Amino acid sequence: MANKALLAFLIAAGAAFLIVLPHQLSFSQQEVLVFLVINVLVVASYRLLTLTGEWSLAHIVIVGVGAYASALFSKELGIWVPVSMLLGAAAAGLVAFVLSFPLFRMKGFYFLIGSFAAGEVIRLCWKKFRYPFGGPKGLKSIPGFPDITVGETTIAFWNAVSYYYLALIVVAIGLFFLYRIEKSRLGLTFHALHWQDKLAESVGVNAWRTRMTAFVSAAFFAGLAGALQAHYLTTINPTMFDVESMVYVLIWVIVGGTATFYGPILGVVILTVINEIVLRQLGFDQARPLFLGAILVLSILFLPQGLESLAGKVKGLWRRDAEAGKA
Amino acid sequence: MLELLLQTGVNAVYAASYMALIAVGLVLIFGVMGVINFAHGELYMLGAYAVFYFYVEQSLNFFLAVAIGMVFVGVVGLLMERALFRPLRDNPLGGLIASIGLLLCLQSAITLGFGVRSKNVNPPVQQALQLGIDGVSVPVQRLYVVIAAVLLLVALWLFLKRSRFGWALRATAQDAEAAALQGISLNQTSRIAMFIGAALAGVAGALTAPIVPTEPLMGHSVIVTAFIIIIVGGIGSLEGAVVAAVLYAFVHTFVTTFFDGTIADITGLLLMLLVLVIKPTGLFGTKERA
Repeated sequence: MANKALLAFLIAAGAAFLIVLPHQLSFSQQEVLVFLVINVLVVASYRLLTLTGEWSLAHIVIVGVGAYASALFSKELGIWVPVSMLLGAAAAGLVAFVLSFPLFRMKGFYFLIGSFAAGEVIRLCWKKFRYPFGGPKGLKSIPGFPDITVGETTIAFWNAVSYYYLALIVVAIGLFFLYRIEKSRLGLTFHALHWQDKLAESVGVNAWRTRMTAFVSAAFFAGLAGALQAHYLTTINPTMFDVESMVYVLIWVIVGGTATFYGPILGVVILTVINEIVLRQLGFDQARPLFLGAILVLSILFLPQGLESLAGKVKGLWRRDAEAGKA
Repeated sequence: MLELLLQTGVNAVYAASYMALIAVGLVLIFGVMGVINFAHGELYMLGAYAVFYFYVEQSLNFFLAVAIGMVFVGVVGLLMERALFRPLRDNPLGGLIASIGLLLCLQSAITLGFGVRSKNVNPPVQQALQLGIDGVSVPVQRLYVVIAAVLLLVALWLFLKRSRFGWALRATAQDAEAAALQGISLNQTSRIAMFIGAALAGVAGALTAPIVPTEPLMGHSVIVTAFIIIIVGGIGSLEGAVVAAVLYAFVHTFVTTFFDGTIADITGLLLMLLVLVIKPTGLFGTKERA
């Protein structure tokens, strides 16, 4: 009973914090906050894929597919932006579905490098074809999210704070679904494929179909994140989705740790705060990749399970102390 | 038309030689240590910057600068082995992830030290060699790369086939555990493989510094190319890497000449995907690892 009350209190406090937060920040920090919220969905969807044990290097390109598709649907076909965002996410899922035919013939390192090649081919097509993708300069003047008028007040979404609330709602819904998928029977099958793929197949799990399901559902939410990005920035280009951005996703996920649902989210939040706020404020702008690279190296050397394993370690120490105290 | 074809062929031979140097180093490191070195392109970049520093800024002799660059990058390789790959030997993707982190560190360190703009390295010899047929020529600087690649690769081949260290390396590549049981020190073979692999990437960067723009992100396209080559050639196969480097260089150079660079990149990536789907062990690979 006390636990439930505590949980409710924590959720309420967290929600209050997230609602008040943007008003305490400078304008550039508000912008960072919008991207941080979107990136939470990027890493959380990436984790869904890593549950099956495969690490893709195409994830950021899939985000880009969502961004490009949603931008083109709204700009060229005039589809209402909220609908085009969902269509963009669906397009990302569709691309992932098509890619799973060649890619899931591979495993481990081969999958890693194969997914990189497939993603890079898609990205180079955006760069190559001026129509409809806009070539190296990308797409410009993508329609923004439409204003919402409730009675007297109009909420305009070009504004960072209102877009932050929008992104927060969309991402929260996305996280809810991702969490439910993970805790469902399907999610357990993902885990089974990761740890014992032969055994899972022997009890009737269709490995290819299950991996495909993970890939497609991860792609759907990644695409949604991309669509959120596109309609906030109103301009996208192929360089935004290159391998360097993928490296950042990997760093967030690995430093955070993939063993739990909240690990990658913890990673992206902590590293973004360090990267955008602490290092930029201290004037280490140019050296930021150096710090991030060093953090990645140190975490794989000394904390291979990620930041989230720290909690377990601290708990372990505390328990040992408590037991020592009893004895 | 014939001239254009021949000239493109000559260019492809040059491209094949420096790509082979890089890919063979990557394969050697993977074969012996089981690590995919994502920072291999940055080792190439360090080689180029070593030449910029010693040849342009310190005005040493060009070949001396290349030699220093080769040894320097080899030593960087030794440090990587000791600090990153040895502690992570039991972590299957650990080495790869650590090398991604190192890649960012090296790029950033070079940017801080030398600036983000590309550096101009004037070639020590400017003239080009005419090759009999009118209009077909090869700049001497590119010829150096071809000669160095052939000499170094033959030397490596002799080392691997004839010397006891070479045998130890090949034994480790075949079965690290069995090799260790025969008294071969894995630390020793890893050190040798890492030094040679890094030095080959370094010398490729050092020799091409006057030909390509020397900039902090120059390793980027190189590592993608190297991955395509080692997959097509069969991961873990040195002969495969050389053959695939030649194959890739010809395809890429001809497509670039007759279409454009982006289409050539797409062709290369599709070639790799095709190999991965049809025969993941590549042209010459025998076993699956990683």
